[in-house]
Amino acid sequence: MAEPGGLLAAGASSALGPSRSPGAILWRRFLEHRLALGSLLVLACLSAAALAAPLIEAALGLDATLVDLFAAKLPPSPGHPLGTDELGRDLMLRLLYGGRVSLLVGLTAALGAAVIGTAVGLWAGYFGGAADALLMRLTDGVIALPLLPLLIVLAAIDLTKLGLPEALATSQDVSLYRIVILIVLVGWTTVARLVRGATLSMKTREFVRAARALGAGHGRIILVHILPNVVSPIIVATTLSIGNIILLESVLSFLGLGIQPPIASWGNMLTNAQELIWDAPALAIYPGLLIFATVIAFNFLGDGLQDALDPRAVE
Amino acid sequence: MLRYIAQRLAESAVVLLIMSFVIYGLIGLMPGDPIDLMINADPKLTAADAARLRALHGLDQPIWERYLTWLGGASRGNFGYSRIHAKPVLDILWPRLGNTVVLMGVSFALALALALPAGLLAALRPRSATDAAVNVIAFAGISVPPFWLAILLIIVFAVFLGWLPAGGMAPADAGILTRTEYLILPVATLSIATLGGILRFVRAAAMEALRQDYVRTARAKGLSERQVVLGHVLRNAMVPVVTILALNFGALFSGALITETMFGTLGMGKTIYDAILGNDFNLALVGLLLATLTTLLANLLADICYAWLDPRISYG
Repeated sequence: MAEPGGLLAAGASSALGPSRSPGAILWRRFLEHRLALGSLLVLACLSAAALAAPLIEAALGLDATLVDLFAAKLPPSPGHPLGTDELGRDLMLRLLYGGRVSLLVGLTAALGAAVIGTAVGLWAGYFGGAADALLMRLTDGVIALPLLPLLIVLAAIDLTKLGLPEALATSQDVSLYRIVILIVLVGWTTVARLVRGATLSMKTREFVRAARALGAGHGRIILVHILPNVVSPIIVATTLSIGNIILLESVLSFLGLGIQPPIASWGNMLTNAQELIWDAPALAIYPGLLIFATVIAFNFLGDGLQDALDPRAVE
Repeated sequence: MLRYIAQRLAESAVVLLIMSFVIYGLIGLMPGDPIDLMINADPKLTAADAARLRALHGLDQPIWERYLTWLGGASRGNFGYSRIHAKPVLDILWPRLGNTVVLMGVSFALALALALPAGLLAALRPRSATDAAVNVIAFAGISVPPFWLAILLIIVFAVFLGWLPAGGMAPADAGILTRTEYLILPVATLSIATLGGILRFVRAAAMEALRQDYVRTARAKGLSERQVVLGHVLRNAMVPVVTILALNFGALFSGALITETMFGTLGMGKTIYDAILGNDFNLALVGLLLATLTTLLANLLADICYAWLDPRISYG
């Protein structure tokens, strides 16, 4: 005598064809999202080109930092595939080096915000209480304030007044660290809020209660039972935040408060664009085009991931 | 309702007070101080003179005491003078707040007027060509760097076509037509930058409303599609949209700062930016506080609209 459940399961699996692993299902759903797929391709090409910038520099026999005022604003030529900028530096190489900085800032800041946000969100959602109340107030506050003017003040702070050694505060790379820290500082709340919500709903599920009944400690429950179940929203939110971060970095750098020259970033390459639009509009167009393409690609990618990871959200 | 508004007003006042201390502290961390600027102006000042001046102006006091002194003055309406403009800061900020409100108001209204029908249309025909086009426009809107969008618009409409001024303010005695000319490019920039986010929320909210039982009921009882969409879908979709819009007011202000900087519009955003870069401590401080206050009030206003749109919400 066959068990009804067994029969049903056998029938169901034959009707659905060969079983697939969850990973394969996710991949198939992701493939259906053509915009996301195209975006992944674009981002891969851009990253590869940015990573290969020193190799391309060597192959062309150019120096990306060499200022030559006699070769300023040259039109494209075999020696300079996109021409030169207002100081005679090769535009294509500057764009690639700028891409390294923009992508680096986007990825590190998004990762930093995700780690802090996940930790805080898990803590607040799981333990609740005063920490939770404080978190919700803070996230409300960050959303409700005019962010850009406040970031401009933060970016203008004199680091030596905070007790940083003079040598570090005036070093060339400090603008890079500063902007990553600033963005993490305002960016973690989005992820924290998401993780908190997901944790709240996971906390009351049977498998968590079962784990607790079996004697699992809080640490084990959070890390082994809750965290793996809230990973999808974290991945989606982090991907979407990379685009926003690159946009914010470019705005601050453009306003002269982000990445400082001579380090190139797509944002600071446009700082002088307004004077250039009359005689060299290309210089004002390319960096912005790359920001736009990168940000929209990360947004499409995040959208595709959301559809793949959270099918209930799809209509 | 009145009690709720009073409570929210009190909360906003507390947030504003906290922010005033935070911003006061941050401004103090900016490079240099007012005495440094005096030293630059008079090379004969010795270090001892500078120390005496600092003591005279209370700059040697701990930050708490300086803040309380400032707060005391501010509560009597004394916000100090702007260094760049050599005028009381409020005299500078009030007219500029007006310019910013016009820019933000017109841009926001335009973005909303475009996003509402487009988002509804996309939600009514999911997966159609219209939906795909609206989706791509929305993503483009949220992904375009606003300062670069401004540059593109200037290149096309001011440099190549020469139809519109590339920036600046209309002369004070200009008529409404000239003023409008100066407003078109900034408004276009801010509208496009704002449009994408609104479009996505309208579409999502309309989708959600279309799934509800009351829409099926409305259709079943024979209402025309027009009555269903306008009376039931749109009205209910507006509730989440208004909340999100309120939360985006801070972002709208950030967008206005970029737009004003690009087009040289004399508004709050540009004033704050110039004040920070020009070490105009008083102006930066009060400007930032005024921007925070405006944002808090806009949030409050949106909450009230929320209650008005959705009678189920009561604030007992």
